[in-house]
Amino acid sequence: MLDIHGLKAAAGEKEILKGIDLQVGPGEVHAIMGPNGSGKSTLAQVLAGHPAYTVTAGTVTFEGQDLLDMEPEERAQAGVFLAFQYPVEIPGVTNAYFLRAAYNAIRKARGEEELDPIDFLDLLESKLKLVGWSAEIMQRAVNSGFSGGEKKRNEILQMAVLEPRLAILDETDSGLDIDALRIVADGVNALRAPDRATIVVTHYQRLLNFIIPDHVHVLVDGRIAKSGGKELALELEAKGYEWLTGVPEPVSARP
Amino acid sequence: MADRGAGAGIGPAVNHSYAEAFERSLLDAPAALAPRRRRAFDHFASVGFPTTRQEDWRFTPVAPIAGQSWELGRAGTPTPLAAESLAPFRFGSSEWTTLVFVDGVFHPGLSKRPTPPEGLVIEPLSEAVGCNAALIAERFGAIAGPEVTPFAALNAAFAREGALIRVAAGVEITDPVHLLYVTTEGGENRSQQVRNLLVFERGTRAQVVESYAGLGAAVSFTNAVTEVSVARDAWIEHTRIQRESESAYHVGLTSVHQETASHYRSFTLNAGASLSRHDLQARLAGEEVETLLYGLYLGRNQQLVDNHTVIFHDRPNCRSWEVYKGILDDRSHAVFNGKVFVKPEAQKTDAKQTNRNLLLSDGAKVDTKPQLEIFADDVKCTHGATVGRIDEVAYYYLQSRGIPRSEAQRILTYAFAAEVVEEVASEPVRQALDHLVRDRMGVRS
Repeated sequence: MLDIHGLKAAAGEKEILKGIDLQVGPGEVHAIMGPNGSGKSTLAQVLAGHPAYTVTAGTVTFEGQDLLDMEPEERAQAGVFLAFQYPVEIPGVTNAYFLRAAYNAIRKARGEEELDPIDFLDLLESKLKLVGWSAEIMQRAVNSGFSGGEKKRNEILQMAVLEPRLAILDETDSGLDIDALRIVADGVNALRAPDRATIVVTHYQRLLNFIIPDHVHVLVDGRIAKSGGKELALELEAKGYEWLTGVPEPVSARP
Repeated sequence: MADRGAGAGIGPAVNHSYAEAFERSLLDAPAALAPRRRRAFDHFASVGFPTTRQEDWRFTPVAPIAGQSWELGRAGTPTPLAAESLAPFRFGSSEWTTLVFVDGVFHPGLSKRPTPPEGLVIEPLSEAVGCNAALIAERFGAIAGPEVTPFAALNAAFAREGALIRVAAGVEITDPVHLLYVTTEGGENRSQQVRNLLVFERGTRAQVVESYAGLGAAVSFTNAVTEVSVARDAWIEHTRIQRESESAYHVGLTSVHQETASHYRSFTLNAGASLSRHDLQARLAGEEVETLLYGLYLGRNQQLVDNHTVIFHDRPNCRSWEVYKGILDDRSHAVFNGKVFVKPEAQKTDAKQTNRNLLLSDGAKVDTKPQLEIFADDVKCTHGATVGRIDEVAYYYLQSRGIPRSEAQRILTYAFAAEVVEEVASEPVRQALDHLVRDRMGVRS
């Protein structure tokens, strides 16, 4: 489904990804872990097409298409979704309007008929349940004045509505209490299907108690330093990133 | 007589035709206002049209207005107009009291005038001069004198039509009153000089919408002056919508006088005309006064849109809150000037002014200038002005959800405008403005 070969990317002059190779198959959940500054968020953003990063080498193929050649909206239309670490506030646009615009833009790009506001509300209802929200939230401006937890939940709601083939969660667990974490995990697990894949980018093992990965990769300094099964996350938890980096982590970065 | 205005004092841009038109216009006018009109005309003749050498008009050359020979007299009969053609400009309930003026002439057939409740006067000026002459004589020019701007003087000399609204003490009107001024092809080369007198007595509650709309592409010139008197404890919402055709010229002055514990909120939309200039001046003449001024201006093609606001904090313990936002596309040009004067005795003044501008093209530009003059020491006064573009991260967020960049631009531009439209208190007025903005941005509801 997703093939990454020799991917290098830079922010300005600074090279952050120094050669990533990763294959994600349908139905799989991959966890990307790593210490702060290892490039794991950059990898997530590069896959979604963030304009601040330049790809300097390598290829990314998503379902046979050259992902790097596509605009961010084309990637979304092809089925890629990134849950942002820092969701953007858009005062003046309601959540309902935003989500319907996104949903319909994707349908339109696929040659499908757009949903009118009434039908869309029906669809929303079931998705709202998934994140434990009532419909009132849809009349609030997108992420505007939302708490950190609400913003993350909103990302999961968007994901649930847009039903991507490949969902990438960029540190969605950061700053969440255990209840919010469960809601996020439930949202992701509800979407698991044999033809969909998920990449979970996280600093901590905690989220992986709820979203069980098939594969775990540890990023160190822009490269995958180690790959393994779900037990690798537990091993990291026990030994700390120092085990792979050789550099002790600041205490504040520990869970 | 015709040479009266052509003496030594005449401004460079005021030609004979104004003096002749003025003398003619006095012949059929009520005598009570004649001395006032003459003083106004003499003032106009002596100062002339403003030039860009004057600070308040630095970015706004009115030469296209000054250079044209406008028909200033009164049009005889209103231009025939089908009721449906006004549909886009009406909003809210069809039951709202609506005075419609076509090319400067009151149009009874298109107006809606339910019998006003006790204590409420809503009349076109042309009628009111008969039955409410004393009130007009008392109010005409009481707040906006001819010295405020040259255009106010021109207006005082010539204005024959407009609206008189008086809400008697303690009366609350639930539905907004709509004053709708429409320019049609029949307005080609005409100037409508509009004077609105809005009198809100003690403890009243009312909403007034004043709109200026254009049908067709006539080169016309609207010069409107609205005087608003807000007495003690009154709560007033005043919405001003300017969407004349892009070939029109529009100059307007709104002068507000507020007494103790009154609340006045305005929303000003400037979306039309090739050149528009609106002056909004509010005097907070009592204590515990609240003044909220919201504005939105939209420029495209070669439009020039100029907003000048002045807030006079004369007395202590008052609050003024001002937010003006602009969206400029193509080669349009916006001017914003916001003055706040705080008198020495106006302690505990709380004044905040914000002007934010969004540029959608390289050719668009904005000149923004906040001007705070504070003579009291125990006050809270802030201002901020920004000129910028849509944030790339916001674009990216929408695009990452599958929304194409062009649509993302429309949505984010609409969002920028919607944030200030949301401040309109009246639900139907807010909705109408929202639709208007959506239409202009190409954003579906």
